[in-house]
Amino acid sequence: MDSVTTIGQISIIIAGVTMAVGSIGPALGEAWAASRALSAIAQQPDEAATITRTLFVSLAIIESIAIYCFVISMVLIFANPFWTHVLTTAK
Amino acid sequence: MPQIDITPDQIVYFKWSFVTLSATIVFTWVVMALLVTVAWLTTRRLRTGVSVSRQQTLFEMLVTYMRSQIREITDQDPDRYLPFVGSLFLFISVSNLLEVVPGYHAPTGSINTTAALALVVFFAVPIFGIAEQGFFGYLKHYAQPTPLMLPFNIIGELSRTLALAVRLFGNVMSGALVVAVLLAIVPIFVPIVMEALGLLIGQVQAYIFAVLATVYIGAATRRDNEVTNSVVHSSPEVKNG
Repeated sequence: MDSVTTIGQISIIIAGVTMAVGSIGPALGEAWAASRALSAIAQQPDEAATITRTLFVSLAIIESIAIYCFVISMVLIFANPFWTHVLTTAK
Repeated sequence: MPQIDITPDQIVYFKWSFVTLSATIVFTWVVMALLVTVAWLTTRRLRTGVSVSRQQTLFEMLVTYMRSQIREITDQDPDRYLPFVGSLFLFISVSNLLEVVPGYHAPTGSINTTAALALVVFFAVPIFGIAEQGFFGYLKHYAQPTPLMLPFNIIGELSRTLALAVRLFGNVMSGALVVAVLLAIVPIFVPIVMEALGLLIGQVQAYIFAVLATVYIGAATRRDNEVTNSVVHSSPEVKNG
């Protein structure tokens, strides 16, 4: 198996694994944050505006972890530096 | 499989030696020109009294809402930070909103734009902090709560800038990419739903970017050391004042 095939295979597999593993943590975290915010709103409806704003900010921050994984898997597929390196040296 | 451009940097209109005119630059200028033109047309004839134009009402609403948000987050006079934070919000918001226009590529979908915006925040925070608290007063923040935390505070400063850039880039890019992939699989109706979701995410991300910039500035300029719960904290007497 030549190096081009190896790099292509490993990049695609790792891109999938990155998304799969990397989305577990943020999913649990967002669910936990949302459920706590809902019970907080149920207890104190007057503070709903503040709680919602804080919830949105926290959700975006938690979600950015999943977004990092997404960016890395996209780089592996579309902008892989090793892939371009192998292609240019092969010529 | 057709080539999918993951950033608008890869669309090049014009190239001459080291000058490259990519879609990022073009659409950044389109958004800026649009914002400046609309703002100029509206503020050209501002009126007080009962009958004001619709555009003026919209702009007053925006500015009032931004001021109240900044005041709630920083507990300070919002007019100091309104031009900076408001411009950031308007630029990101409009560049994400125009994504419904065919042929438009959001400049925030390029890591270069978002890195530049994050760098602006990175430099604005110490500038506001030093202007508010003096040079050594601001530097003392880094040695809080103990000088042992100094390296962690510096790393935190750098990593939150990286996070700010990658978060906005990743969200906008993923929205465009999901639509592109769906167009290849189910070209009818389904991409529209994702496009609508992308619009919502774009607005939320613009809000998040502005709020985080405000939180960082608020943490750097606050005189007491109560920085951790700055988002949650809002006192009613300040809100009314």
